[in-house]
Amino acid sequence: MKKIVIVGAGTAGTMMANKLRKSLSKKEWEITIIDKYKTHYYQPGFLFIPFGTYTKKDVIKQKDVFIPEGVNLIYAEVDRIDAAQNKVLLTDGKVFEYDFLVIATGCQTQPEETPGLKEANWYKNIFDFYTIEGALALHEFFKNWQGGRLVMTITELPFKCPVAPLEFVFLADAYFTKRGIRDKVEIIFTTPMSGAFTKPKATAMLGKLLSEKNIKLIPDFYVESVDSENNIIHSYDGNEVAYDCLTIVPVNMGDDVIARSGLGDDLNFVPTDKNTLRSVAFENVFVLGDASNIPASKAGSVAHFSSEALIGNMLEVINGKPMTHSFDGHANCYIETGFGKASLIDFNYVTEPLSGKYPIPLIGPFSLLGNSCINHLGKLAFKTMYWEFLLKDRKLPVSNNMSMAGKNKD
Amino acid sequence: MTQITYAGVVLEVNDEGYMLEKSQWTKEIAKAIAKEANIELTDKHFEVIEFLRDRVAKGESLTIRSIGKSGIVDIKGFYALFPGAPLKLATRIGGLPKPVSCV
Repeated sequence: MKKIVIVGAGTAGTMMANKLRKSLSKKEWEITIIDKYKTHYYQPGFLFIPFGTYTKKDVIKQKDVFIPEGVNLIYAEVDRIDAAQNKVLLTDGKVFEYDFLVIATGCQTQPEETPGLKEANWYKNIFDFYTIEGALALHEFFKNWQGGRLVMTITELPFKCPVAPLEFVFLADAYFTKRGIRDKVEIIFTTPMSGAFTKPKATAMLGKLLSEKNIKLIPDFYVESVDSENNIIHSYDGNEVAYDCLTIVPVNMGDDVIARSGLGDDLNFVPTDKNTLRSVAFENVFVLGDASNIPASKAGSVAHFSSEALIGNMLEVINGKPMTHSFDGHANCYIETGFGKASLIDFNYVTEPLSGKYPIPLIGPFSLLGNSCINHLGKLAFKTMYWEFLLKDRKLPVSNNMSMAGKNKD
Repeated sequence: MTQITYAGVVLEVNDEGYMLEKSQWTKEIAKAIAKEANIELTDKHFEVIEFLRDRVAKGESLTIRSIGKSGIVDIKGFYALFPGAPLKLATRIGGLPKPVSCV
């Protein structure tokens, strides 16, 4: 029996478990997936929890529902991956040998990387909404908050769900407006980037929205430390921003298991070929999702779009053939802009987000770089698409590599 | 795209001031670009620039974090050498392409 091991049963690992089991004979291939947690969180839903739109039960399901029959699901912690020996070693001593390995260990927030962040005021007036605990704690804080200076801060690039901090401030603007206290809340957005986003057209569109919504943008702010006693964040070049409530995207790093295995870079992401998705160090190791260092967004859509190239390449390698599938870096993200509207960006390694209609030219129904109610409905509907289609590898009616159809090229 | 003269050499730069023909870079040109940004380049500056040029030649990505771990300067030191937006400034002075922020 030949063996494939998948480390991590989040979005990427679950999709690969489904794709691999469908493609490979049960008589010849044993597939094992390992994760330390039983719960699958719909992470895009965390954004809505501080504002009361979703509660915990809206974003949670059990992982086993999504793992197909014929795949061994093991709930356990991996101590390390010994890639030279083709072995995955668990903390309880068990060893899983493999012919091929898929690393899907994701990315996690590391507040301890920023001095002063995770101290006495963590979850008192400093929150992240990237964890269920942080999102719920912020909801409690907002319920009774009568206003002040709300600062949304990105500490470092890269981080998962790159549009989420912008969505957060847009939704905060709407939330406090509806509560009738928007004039008592000053909203500030600090980022180490030079603008609201990275590419020109999207940066201009998002920057304009920030300005229209009276949200102050502080670019080129690289957080060095937090003074939680005095409620101030400090940048490396000596600037500071005071806050009454700090919402922060902490430093994002790959899982600790990658560091323990000696497989990661200085942020614990696994060096991976950006087109083939194979590890650059080991020919029988592949990486999908946030765990890799590919220069694409860390987002579920990227894991989804790249999984097609990955399954194609893995099957070719398994059959002794050269890899012919190439992932183009395709990502798309809805961006909640508040008041029942959203924007949408669709891009890849070489093409920045362009305006137009998606996925069908002229018809859409979603408008790229626009700001529409239909986009917002698309974002909400995505939760169902995620649970019912994406994770179970049911086909979605959009192309995996980015398409120029419907896009304005000027 | 415009033409600009540094250290007596006519260079083509893009609209953000980055050299288009990287092979033309010399230390003299670096000093001239830096002078425009009110920076006098020291040996330390050049150590950092060499580190960045080396990484780009190897196809590795440039991050402020990696410079902080380089052993040449820490992050605060990097900001002190190239004030404001240090990575953008150091790459422009060093004849390198503007680093791509991947988000």
